[in-house]
Amino acid sequence: MNNVAEQQNQTNQTVRPERQANRGFVAPPANISGTDNEYILEVEMPGVDKSGIEVTVEGNELTIIGRRRTETPAGELYYSEAPQADFRRAFELGPDVDTGKISAQMDQGILKLRLTKSEKSKPRKIQITG
Amino acid sequence: MKLTRRERHGGALSASGQGTLSPFNELNRIRNEVYRIFEDPFGFASSASTLFEGWTPAMDIYEEKDKITVRAELPGMRKEDIEVTVVGDILTISGERKQEQEKKEGETYRSERYLGRFQRSIALPTEVDPNKVQATYKDGVLSVSLAKSEQAKRKQIEIKTA
Repeated sequence: MNNVAEQQNQTNQTVRPERQANRGFVAPPANISGTDNEYILEVEMPGVDKSGIEVTVEGNELTIIGRRRTETPAGELYYSEAPQADFRRAFELGPDVDTGKISAQMDQGILKLRLTKSEKSKPRKIQITG
Repeated sequence: MKLTRRERHGGALSASGQGTLSPFNELNRIRNEVYRIFEDPFGFASSASTLFEGWTPAMDIYEEKDKITVRAELPGMRKEDIEVTVVGDILTISGERKQEQEKKEGETYRSERYLGRFQRSIALPTEVDPNKVQATYKDGVLSVSLAKSEQAKRKQIEIKTA
């Protein structure tokens, strides 16, 4: 079952005091998939490079923040569709995630996180003896 | 999540003509699409075309005295899969985002990212010189820099001295 569930940004705000960000946040789209050994989280954050990423785990809550650092082009913003905001999204991790072993890589605006499933939750074959 | 993305695009996505199988449904839909492009109050930017349904990447246009810069959010692509063309004052960006080539990993629990083809055409505020267009792709953002054509620049100056 899916043990990496999303928390609403609103819930996030009531859980702890809001840090005043000057630009506000928007939630980036994410793909979640998994194998027997790990969960894979892919989060889309265009305009963010490695230095703009913050990934934190507090208890069973994983928070991803991506800050856009790419320079804005010169000139007047004539027409805009992209939100002028940074990215933030929080996920609630199930008990089968080993929060000590999370790896992350960033490529062309996609952050890929690998969350290892803890040993005891992996399917284990039981031998029938006798 | 998907709802948020659509709203961000200025509500330009119409209700897609799904439902009945009337043979004229498609034609009507296309006709309304074309009408909408001309009726758009901003006039210059074509609304996201729903003819290629699904993915309509967000775009921004910046204008300076001598050039126009267009940025499109296209995370997770390879630059070989992106195509940029300029005809007159219309800029078209298209491409295809393919599933990553690595072994298809495990099962998918949640899929919000778009895959597949996209295409957007946007009318630029002035005419540009098609020989002086540069495009770069960094951190998932495509940045197209277009120099205004001599005619467009000249027009600006005339108005100033009037």
